[in-house]
Amino acid sequence: MIGKSTIALSALLAFGTAAPAHDGPHVSDAQIAHIAYTAGRIDVEAARQALQKSRNAKVRAFAEIMVRDHEAVNAQALALVGKLGVKPESNPTSAALSKGAARKIRSLAGLRGAAFDRAYARNEIAFHRTVNGALEATLIPSAKNGELKALLETGLALFREHQGHAEHLAAELRR
Amino acid sequence: MKAALTAAALLLAPFLAAGPAAAAPTVHTIVVDKMKFGAVPPDLRAGDVILWVNRDLFRHSATARDGSFDVDLPPRASGRTRVGRKGAIPFFCRYHPGMKGVLLSR
Repeated sequence: MIGKSTIALSALLAFGTAAPAHDGPHVSDAQIAHIAYTAGRIDVEAARQALQKSRNAKVRAFAEIMVRDHEAVNAQALALVGKLGVKPESNPTSAALSKGAARKIRSLAGLRGAAFDRAYARNEIAFHRTVNGALEATLIPSAKNGELKALLETGLALFREHQGHAEHLAAELRR
Repeated sequence: MKAALTAAALLLAPFLAAGPAAAAPTVHTIVVDKMKFGAVPPDLRAGDVILWVNRDLFRHSATARDGSFDVDLPPRASGRTRVGRKGAIPFFCRYHPGMKGVLLSR
């Protein structure tokens, strides 16, 4: 898990180190939209896996919130790119995120019961932390369109809340 | 003219008949947006009504820790709760436990 998060994080932050926001645009709005949308889709898929596998009421309630919130923000993102005439553009960061997520889904598929619940909660903490770091350091500072920037800021507030919620859930599962 | 007087009498009748106790409760608005509860009105009194207006993309709730109110707030919806007593009433969102605030009523 640590390996996967680190890879995804370095891929995300590669934009940041290569292209500080004040140096001008190196990650386009079309790429940012694709990364943000992909991050949301990944978390929905992880939550759907949890809803299939977990019988823990708290884990299921958390997963339902993840599905609902990330679908809501992604629906808004799709509406916005449609309105702006921007076509989300796949890029190494979103590809690395998808690849890491697919690997995670496979490894979690082998777990059951409390072991699954704990691994899901831990991964939710790591995933949201990674995405928050990328939003703060790279995606929000680089976004040029004001509406996209505002949506990413709402996304960051949402992801931070989810990270805190996942930390609380993980602590409860350890008890 | 006569119609206007009748209308005024009808409007005033409930207040005149039942006195100030029957006056409509004061309604205060708290807006929920961008994963936050907006400012809590400073001059709450027991019996007042809070109108919770969810302007966010996300479903929220306004839930009292003491169980005295709990209103579900789908995106772009609003709901009302009553301030049941004097004192501090902490509240939070059931779906986003990091979202919280405190009603202070006199």
